[in-house]
Amino acid sequence: MDVGDALPTQTFRVTRADLVRYAGASGDFNPIHWSDRVATSVGLPGVIAHGMFTMALAGRALDTWAGAPGRVRELGCKFTKPVVVPDDDEGVSVVVNGTVKEVTDDAVQITLEVTCGEQKVLGQPKAVLARG
Amino acid sequence: MAVDASLAGRTFPPTEPYTVSHEKIVEFARATGSEYDGHAAPATFPIVIAFGAMNALMEDPEVGIALHRVVHGEQRFSYTRPVVAGDSLTAELTVDSLRQIGGADIIGTRSEITDGDGAHVCTTFATLVHRGES
Repeated sequence: MDVGDALPTQTFRVTRADLVRYAGASGDFNPIHWSDRVATSVGLPGVIAHGMFTMALAGRALDTWAGAPGRVRELGCKFTKPVVVPDDDEGVSVVVNGTVKEVTDDAVQITLEVTCGEQKVLGQPKAVLARG
Repeated sequence: MAVDASLAGRTFPPTEPYTVSHEKIVEFARATGSEYDGHAAPATFPIVIAFGAMNALMEDPEVGIALHRVVHGEQRFSYTRPVVAGDSLTAELTVDSLRQIGGADIIGTRSEITDGDGAHVCTTFATLVHRGES
């Protein structure tokens, strides 16, 4: 990886079933992630993905770029826009792009861009990978 | 209702040790579509342990947080090493900062996750936005 490199785009499809599965695995059962009734009652357009689920997709992309899991040293973002997941079989696509920001002897700093539709859903997502 | 102003700087007791099983990592990896090679858990896995510490904060009646008004604003992980099966992990949460913006409490938390030997594994920083009554 060299400074300025654009890393291969990773696209992930997210359906309601994925959110149910993530709720169980993570222990986050907030109903805004599975109930339209509760989600709309707090002003959301409908059921939204867990911010941590979207962040996990960014982690997946990082593992792919790093060539193996376990290389992430730092990972951070703001949750700026919700990923609204419709109640259908298609779901939505979350797209993860990355650019190499800095390379040192033992680490690579990556700036991410995570979008759904045309909208950035994570704010200032960035990561540091250990060099293999 | 705003949260208790004395919350800033408070450290909560460490969570009960959480033993990470191979099966739990497999479950989390499948739920996120992540690759699991039998060694490193997915990068965001420590949120499972950090949740325990955050729940203790949010459920403390003296703190005054209404759970359904909480939104996750920001999250950051800083790792010494990946989580692996067999780890016995505890999380100790400190409220680093507390400020009010437009009727919302912005609660900055830091959870130090350590293993059974007391060695540092990961620090998770979570910003929780507690929206006031409208």
